[in-house]
Amino acid sequence: MSRLQINNLSKSFGGLSAVLNFDFNVGKQELVGLIGPNGAGKTTVFNLITGVYKPDQGTICLEDKDITGLHPYDICKKGIARTFQNIRLFNDLTVLDNVKVALHTDVPYSLTTAVLRLPTFFKGEEQISRQALDYLKIFDLDKKKDEIASNLPYGEQRRLEIARALATRPSLLILDEPAAGMNPNETQELMKLINWIKEEFHLSILLIEHDMSLVMGVCERIYVLDYGQIIAEGTPQEIRNNKRVIEAYLGEEVE
Amino acid sequence: MLEFMQQLVNGLSLGAIYALIALGYTMVYGIIMLINFAHGDIMMVGAYVGFFSISILGSNIVVAMIFAMVSCALLGVVIEKVAYKPLRNSTRIAALITAIGVSLFLEYITLYFLTAQQRVYPDSAFPLHKYEVLGLVISNKDIFIIVSAVILMIILQYIIKRTKTGKAMRAVSLDREAAMLMGISVDRIVSVTFAIGSALAAAAGVMIGLYYNAINPLMGIIPGLKAFVAAVLGGIGLIPGAMVGGFLMGVLETLVSGYGSSMYRDAVAFGVLILILLIKPTGLFGKNTGEKV
Amino acid sequence: MEDKRRRWGKFLLEVIVLAALFTVVQYLIATGLLNRYYQINLTLMGINIILAVSLNLINGFTGQLSLGHAGFMAIGAFASVIMTTLLGYPFMIGILAGMLAAAVAGFIIGVPTLRLKGDYLAIATLGFGEIIRVVLQNIDYIGGPAGISGISKMTTWPVLFIATVITIVVIVNMINSSYGRAIISVREDEIAAEIMGVNTTKYKVLAFVVGAGFAGLAGALYAHYFYIIKPETFNFLKSFDILVMVVLGGLGSTTGAVIAAAFITALNVVLQEYAAVRMIIYALILIIVMIYRPQGLLGNKELTRRSFDKIWSGRHVSSANK
Repeated sequence: MSRLQINNLSKSFGGLSAVLNFDFNVGKQELVGLIGPNGAGKTTVFNLITGVYKPDQGTICLEDKDITGLHPYDICKKGIARTFQNIRLFNDLTVLDNVKVALHTDVPYSLTTAVLRLPTFFKGEEQISRQALDYLKIFDLDKKKDEIASNLPYGEQRRLEIARALATRPSLLILDEPAAGMNPNETQELMKLINWIKEEFHLSILLIEHDMSLVMGVCERIYVLDYGQIIAEGTPQEIRNNKRVIEAYLGEEVE
Repeated sequence: MLEFMQQLVNGLSLGAIYALIALGYTMVYGIIMLINFAHGDIMMVGAYVGFFSISILGSNIVVAMIFAMVSCALLGVVIEKVAYKPLRNSTRIAALITAIGVSLFLEYITLYFLTAQQRVYPDSAFPLHKYEVLGLVISNKDIFIIVSAVILMIILQYIIKRTKTGKAMRAVSLDREAAMLMGISVDRIVSVTFAIGSALAAAAGVMIGLYYNAINPLMGIIPGLKAFVAAVLGGIGLIPGAMVGGFLMGVLETLVSGYGSSMYRDAVAFGVLILILLIKPTGLFGKNTGEKV
Repeated sequence: MEDKRRRWGKFLLEVIVLAALFTVVQYLIATGLLNRYYQINLTLMGINIILAVSLNLINGFTGQLSLGHAGFMAIGAFASVIMTTLLGYPFMIGILAGMLAAAVAGFIIGVPTLRLKGDYLAIATLGFGEIIRVVLQNIDYIGGPAGISGISKMTTWPVLFIATVITIVVIVNMINSSYGRAIISVREDEIAAEIMGVNTTKYKVLAFVVGAGFAGLAGALYAHYFYIIKPETFNFLKSFDILVMVVLGGLGSTTGAVIAAAFITALNVVLQEYAAVRMIIYALILIIVMIYRPQGLLGNKELTRRSFDKIWSGRHVSSANK
C-alpha cells in the first residue's frame, strides 16, 4: 500500500493545461523526487496535493483515504506538510512562535481557559514550547528561538521552514526546492538531515529540486515532468539514461 | 410604463455622472491597484472651482467645466506625487489608509476655508428649460449632462485606444515591470492617469452642481462611494465596465427612490456592492485570476 | 517553579497598580476635584480605548482591514438601550445584550465578507457599517433618525473602569495563546497559515466576532452616559476615528492602541472648538504615519515593564508577542 496515490490528476489555467493525466505514488518511508524543466508544472502538482488549488479532475489519496478538494488546513491535519519554493515564514514572529503556530492543531486548552489564564493554560503553553524547542533542536535553531524569523540568514530560514512543516506531524513531507540558494556544503548537510528525519519520524518525502546531482544522490525513485505530463519514472540510474529525459532537458538532437 | 420610462430618463443623467467618476477610480486602480478614496473629494473640489468661476469670473458653464477639469488634473497629480508615490511599494492596506487620509484632508481643508455652508449654483449659469417628448419630461440640464459626459467618454476612448500615451497606459496596467523595461516612464503614466481621472471627476463635480443645484465640502463622499460601487460592478480596472456600471447605478438609484424609500437610496448602493463582491468580485465584465503561490 | 513565582509577582503588581489607579480617580471624582467636564472626557477615553483595542484585534493582529466598527458600536448602543430604557431590564442585562447583539452581527457580516481580501474587505465592511446605520434609521421602534433619548446615566467610573480592563485583559490573553498565534499567522501569510493547519476563515471570524462584541460594549457604555443616541452618530467617520487611533498606535500593538486612544481623546478635548482643524490633523496623521512609519508609533511591539525599566506602563505582554 502506498502512502500517497494520485490518479489521473489534471489542472488547467485559462485553457492552458498545467498538469495533465498525472499518475503518481509515494510509498511508505520512500524518498521520491519530482524533476523537470522550468514551467513543467512541478509546483502546481504540490499546490494540488496540498489543496491550494482545486483539481479539475482526478483523485488524490493519502493512506487510501480520498483527500481531493479538501481545504489546505484539513489536508494538513490528515498528515501532509510542505515548504515553499519562495520561503513563506511568518516573518514578524519569532523563530519559536513560527513552530508553535504549526503545533496549534491540537491545543491542550480551550479559548476560555486561555482568556481566564487557568493553570491548564500555563501547563499547555509549557508543553507547546517544549515541543517547539525539540523541533528547533533538530535543525540546530534552538539558540535562535527568540529571533525574528525574517532576520535569519537564508539557509536558516529554509531550515526553519522545514522544522515548522515537521511540527505539524506529517506522514508525508513535501519539500519545494529545499536546497535552493544553499552552497554545496550546506546542501550536503541538509540532505543528510532530510534522510535522518525520514528515518526518525517514519516519513515519506517528496521533493522538487533543481540540483541534479543532489536528486540523483538522495532519491530512491524519480518522476520526470514535462509540459504537465510524466515523461519518465524510475530509479536515478534509469532516469539518467532515459532518452526522453535527456531530450526534455537538452532539446532534441538534430538528425 | 410611462412613469418607469420617466425614472429611466432621470436615472440616465445621474448615471452619466457616476460613470465619469467611476472612470477615474477604475483607471487609477488599473494602473497602481489603489482605491483612490479621495476621488470623490476631487470631484467636490471640481464642483467648487466650477462654482467660483461662474459666480466670480462670470464664465459660462462650459468654460467653468474646463477650468475645473484643468485645476483638478493638477490637484490629482500633486496628490499622487505627495501622498501616494512614496507608498507605491508598500502594502495596499497602507495605501488605502493614506487615501482615506487624503480624502479627509480635502474635505476638512475645504470646510475650514469655505465653511460648511451650502453654495447654490447660480440659475443664470444655466437657465432651466423642460421639454416634453412622447409624454416624457426631460430638461436641458439632463441633456447637457448626458451629452457632455458622452463626449468626454469618447475623448477618453480616443486617448486610450489611439494615442501613444494611451497605449503606454494599457501596457503599464497589464504589466508594470515589463512596461518599464520597454522604456515606458511609469511615473509619467501614473501622473497622466491621475490627471485624466481627476479631470473627469471635476467635470462630474460641475454636473452634480447643476443636477442638485447645491454643493458643500462633504458632497463628494456619497457620490464617490457610489461611483466606486459602479466601478466594482463593472469590474474594477475595466474602462467600459465603469461606464456601464455608472449608468446602471444611476438608473437603479432613481428607481429605488422613485418606487421605494429614498431613505434606502444610499443603502442600496452598498447592498449592490456587497452582493457583487460576494458573488463575482471581479465584476460583470471581469475575468477570474488566481493568486500565485 | 521560578516561572510560577514570577507570574504571580507580575499579576500582583498589575492588580496593585490597577487598584491604585482606580482608587485615585474614584477619590478625585468623589471630592469633586475632577469636574464634570473632565469626567465626560474620562468616559470618552475609556470608550475609545475599548474601541481601539477591539478594532486592533481585527485590523492589527488579524490583518483584516475593517472600516465598519462604528456599525457594531451602534448595534451595541441600541440593543442595550432597548433592554434598559424601553424594556426596563437592569444595566448589566443591557450591556450583555449589546455585546451579544453586536457579536452576532459581527458573525453574520463576517462569515460572507471575510472571504474578501485587503481593500475589497475594507470597502465591504464600510458598506455594511453604513447599511447598519441606514437600517437603524428606518426602524420606528427605536425612534428612526431621531434615535432614543431619556436614557438614564448608568456608566459610572467603576463600570467604565472594569469594562475597559476586562476588554484589554481578554484581548491580550487571547492574543498570547495558541489561538492568538493562529490569528497572527493569518496576518503574516494566509496561505502558509492554511498549510500549517490553521483554518484561516475560522480565526478571522473569531477575531471579527470578538472585536464586534467589544465594540458593542463600547456602544452600550456610550449610550448610558450621553442621554441620547442617534444612528447618525455612528456613521463611517466614527469608524475612521477609531482607525486613526489604531494606525497611530501601531497595527498589532495593544499598548499602542491604548496610548493612541487616550492621546486622540485628549486631542479632541483641546480641539473641541475647532472641529475642522481636528479632522485635518487626523487626516495628516493618517498620511504622515503611513508614509514615514507605516507600522504606527509602536509598530507591533508592546510597551512592557522591561521597556520602561521599573516604571509600570501598560499591561505586560509576554514574549509570545515580542
